[in-house]
Amino acid sequence: MCGIVGLFLKDKKLEPDLGTMLTDMLITMTDRGPDSAGIAIYGQDIEKRGKLTIQSDDPKLDFVTLQDKLLAALGCTVSLNIKDTHAVLHMPAAAIAAVRNEITEIDPTIRIMSSGDTIEIYKEVGLPRDVAKRFEIRKMAGSHGIGHTRMATESAVTTMGAHPFSTGDDQCLVHNGSLSNHNSLRRKLVREGMRIETDNDSEVAAAYLTYKIQQGSSLGEALESSLKDLDGFFTFVVGTKDGFGVVRDPIACKPAVMAETDQYVAFGSEYRALVNLPNIDNALVWEPEPATVYFWKH
Amino acid sequence: MQTFDLEAKGLRALNETLHAQANETNQTHWQIINPRGSHAIAVGLDAPIEVIIKGSTGYYCGGMNKQATINVHGSVGPGVGENMMSGTIIIDGDASQYAGATGNGGLLIIKGNASSRCGISMKGIDIVVHGNIGHMSAFMAQSGNLVVLGDAGEALGDSLYEATIFVRGSVKSLGADCIEKEMRTEHIKILKELLEKAGTTCVPEEFKRYGSARLLYNFNIDNAQAY
Repeated sequence: MCGIVGLFLKDKKLEPDLGTMLTDMLITMTDRGPDSAGIAIYGQDIEKRGKLTIQSDDPKLDFVTLQDKLLAALGCTVSLNIKDTHAVLHMPAAAIAAVRNEITEIDPTIRIMSSGDTIEIYKEVGLPRDVAKRFEIRKMAGSHGIGHTRMATESAVTTMGAHPFSTGDDQCLVHNGSLSNHNSLRRKLVREGMRIETDNDSEVAAAYLTYKIQQGSSLGEALESSLKDLDGFFTFVVGTKDGFGVVRDPIACKPAVMAETDQYVAFGSEYRALVNLPNIDNALVWEPEPATVYFWKH
Repeated sequence: MQTFDLEAKGLRALNETLHAQANETNQTHWQIINPRGSHAIAVGLDAPIEVIIKGSTGYYCGGMNKQATINVHGSVGPGVGENMMSGTIIIDGDASQYAGATGNGGLLIIKGNASSRCGISMKGIDIVVHGNIGHMSAFMAQSGNLVVLGDAGEALGDSLYEATIFVRGSVKSLGADCIEKEMRTEHIKILKELLEKAGTTCVPEEFKRYGSARLLYNFNIDNAQAY
């Protein structure tokens, strides 16, 4: 099963409510997958500033000294905002790669959830309601976001096995389904220099799209080629800094409903997830076609 | 008219209430408000009652229906009318995957489009879709009629048994062992009746008939490619 929700706002007036809307949508999908939950939110873009979202099983111990250690090692001032097991680090955009590497040096048990200009990813084992509460997702504003509640099939129920997966700056992917050629594809992508951290099939799909984008594809083109190179069942919802895409495999067993108004584009595994959105009764509601790429850009 | 607020009273109370209606009930007209995409609305009914659902539903709406007439004023999720036995289900909007799957009898009318696997393994149900249907529709369909006013997707009628398929628009591709067949008088008669019941003005002459070539009924090594 697994439940997916996504919201891409066209109307800036809705941006303060993104976190609340997405949380409500995701909670509705709880019975599609109780194992873990996660949300990616694309927030405000501040020029020349970037951020990392990190996670630790022992945040009190690991995060307290991190700022000082980064300052000592890199001479770079990083602000740190702790939210439960996660923390968001703000820094000059140019310093992201160095900070990321340094964190891995300082403490290899700290996990990188996301990096980029605007993306923040929060994910943990647990129900959507609890995960959203721990990270205060309702309070978050943003231009678009994606949520996932997982029923695990291809890898263990762990924080790192939860969705969304981010394998490139400001990119994320959530998946409902299972891939059958992920092991061979993972080996191929790792040989090409991609960083893949888990045994999870969906992470391979995320890394595949990141690789294609690195090779010069647009997100739309990368999704198009995924239909050829990925074998298995999938409904993917993906985000980039300014884009939002959806694709389903040609068999299209995994459910999907979309809605569009002047104010937003919304995705739900089921229509139930969409019923509280503004003006949903007058929205264009449709089931995305199999093997067809849908893509919106700000 | 009895009105039932699904959001306020819950699904189990709804279906228990509808199941409690006997053949001779006086409460023959029901209206369900606030369906909000819920699953399994009005499943397993067995009384000649009329149920109107004011909005869109989730999975398995009207499943196993007997006798009742169910009209959804919205769209439906996967498996509408699954294993329906008799009665009528009318969807004003679109239907998701496997509409009317394994249906034994009755009439399912979809006024919008139906997506993939419409009428999969149908066993006697009649399905009329005003719009288009998706891929793998009428897969292994055994009996009954699938009528499509629009177009059909890939692999229509794959591994078909004795169901009859009528399509007015284009067919993207036919599945294994499904072929176009001659439209004879008896087919025109069946189709005319179904079109009238479904409230369309289309005429049977606009349709083509598809059925089984009957080459896959028994295993034949020469057909191994097609299995």
